[in-house]
Amino acid sequence: MAERNALLDGLRAYRLIAGMWVRSSMTYRTSFVVTVFGNLLVTGLDFVAILLMFSQVDSLGGWSLAEVAFLYGLSVTAFGIADLVLGSMDVLGARMRDGSFDTLLVRPAPVLAQVGADHFALRRLGRITQGAVVLGYALVAVDVDWSAPKVVLVPVMVVSGAAIFSAVFVAGAAFQIFAQDAAEVQNAFTYGGTTLLQYPPTVFGKDLVRGVTFMLPLAFVNWVPAAYVLGRPYPIGLPEWTAFASPLVAAVCCALAGLAWRTGLRSYRSTGS
Amino acid sequence: MQDDAFIELDGVEKVFDVRKKTGFLKRERRQVRAVDSISFTVARGEMVGYIGPNGAGKSTTIKMLTGILTPSAGRLRVAGIDPSRERKRLAHRIGVVFGQRTTLWWDLPLIDSYKLMHRMYRIPDGRYRENLERLVELLDLGPLLDVPVRQLSLGQRMRGDIAAALLHDPEVLYLDEPTIGLDVISKAKVREFLREVNAERGTTVLLTTHDLQDVEQLCSRVMVIDHGRLMYDGPLAGLHEVGESERTLVVDLERELPPIEAAPARVVKVEGPRQWLAFPAGESAAVLVARIAAEYPLVDLSVREPDIEAVIAKMYGEQAEKAQRAVS
Ligand SMILES: Nc1ncnc2c1ncn2[C@@H]1O[C@H](COP(=O)(O)OP(=O)(O)O)[C@@H](O)[C@H]1O
Ligand SMILES: [Mg+2]
Repeated sequence: MAERNALLDGLRAYRLIAGMWVRSSMTYRTSFVVTVFGNLLVTGLDFVAILLMFSQVDSLGGWSLAEVAFLYGLSVTAFGIADLVLGSMDVLGARMRDGSFDTLLVRPAPVLAQVGADHFALRRLGRITQGAVVLGYALVAVDVDWSAPKVVLVPVMVVSGAAIFSAVFVAGAAFQIFAQDAAEVQNAFTYGGTTLLQYPPTVFGKDLVRGVTFMLPLAFVNWVPAAYVLGRPYPIGLPEWTAFASPLVAAVCCALAGLAWRTGLRSYRSTGS
Repeated sequence: MQDDAFIELDGVEKVFDVRKKTGFLKRERRQVRAVDSISFTVARGEMVGYIGPNGAGKSTTIKMLTGILTPSAGRLRVAGIDPSRERKRLAHRIGVVFGQRTTLWWDLPLIDSYKLMHRMYRIPDGRYRENLERLVELLDLGPLLDVPVRQLSLGQRMRGDIAAALLHDPEVLYLDEPTIGLDVISKAKVREFLREVNAERGTTVLLTTHDLQDVEQLCSRVMVIDHGRLMYDGPLAGLHEVGESERTLVVDLERELPPIEAAPARVVKVEGPRQWLAFPAGESAAVLVARIAAEYPLVDLSVREPDIEAVIAKMYGEQAEKAQRAVS
């Protein structure tokens, strides 16, 4: 009950603060429009790079363009959602250094919600839109015999993926409290992570795949379930049921991230002066 | 000490582990005892000045009282709550103003920050309207409500921040250096307002400062902290006695003259026609000025209050003397 109240409190505080940031960004209307379009353009270039690659070869590690688009769309959409919700957690480092983090701690709202909503920006919808368009194209173009489990698996992958990326953001934020300025380290994790997931697993060495599957459960965002949907052999011969394990993996990641966050918060030591 | 202790500290300490780069790859670990075994209680409705030089441990104490930092040792209660354990519950009952950082929304009109407080603290509508109206009146905020915060002056922003901290009817208001960097008029307004709030609502006020004038004009009780230790706790008048502090009278004469004779004041410096006289802080400056004006060709004068460093330095001297007397 208390947990549920904390969750509702958190969502409410998130909504209030995110609203303030949206209105703040609207005060510079032209720059708002420019950044929204700029963002769409930059993320779109990623996919153009893949298209260019396919103009040279017919398949990438044996995967067709539609299949790569499927991987790409899933990963970008999931990441885009996490990025929209918690993407500003790297300003936490700055808040930690300039001492303004202190002021969040004297508010009657969960700190995680306040930090998550910090610098909330609608321009991040650009990434989600672009991911969703590519995913839409892939769903139509890909040569798959759509059974019920496969249909269900697509939204499950997106949601679980978003949850896993969110957990990485939160863990990174917790780590920032320990390190007090490690925004770069966290970015290497998440942004590096998405670029990796956009390419099929056979392109990379076995060891790397194994590392990613077990060390960073990020692979559950799409490689394993996508292999199931597309009817391809699983990376490193995992059993078939692992395709459906992504919600479980997401839940474990979130729990661990929550624990890390709490531990980090307890170790917070503010700044002198 | 009091029956109605609202804030209670008992042997509270805060030690920071500081790692410093001392060379290429070499790091040195050091412990900073920012607050060292401090005990005091503050009753409901008191207005207390917490003073000390930079780095004395004032902010660290406030951070422990608000739950931002967990004490390394000792017991601390505010309204019966252990702040760092129940930060969110305590938040509804305290107001905090940090002099150097604003909690207002930079790009939005001032009123928007207040609307956020209204909802975040779940202040009942009627209560919010009443409080806002009263605060706007007392702090002269009327014409500023629709101005984006980034366009406010430092003094205006400070007043805006103080109002934001009081909308939810906190029982205690902590202010960490509320007058730092403010011009004379803003300082006066802030002081006047704090007196009003304390009298009108019975809000307990604890303010840190290194400006003795803040305390002089506001607080019946003052605590002096230095190097994390509580050096003095009592009325301000007593502080001048303990510290035997002196004020300085700067007089400009018509021409160069030998040092002025006006006991108990003594000349400490002469520079052409300008002379500096030190006199006990307890003495009346008016009487002294009248006497000098009667005997010397006076052009201009000013009085300088003792600064906190001087008072503390005297205190240390005093303690050392006492210790010596105890030995012999
Ligand atoms: N977060 C911190 N980490 C390390 N040292 C700190 C921290 N906060 C304060 N200190 C040190 O503790 C001492 C007291 O600081 P502070 O409470 O800010 O003093 P004041 O507010 O009286 O100027 C100083 O020596 C300061 O450098
Ligand atoms: Mg300070």
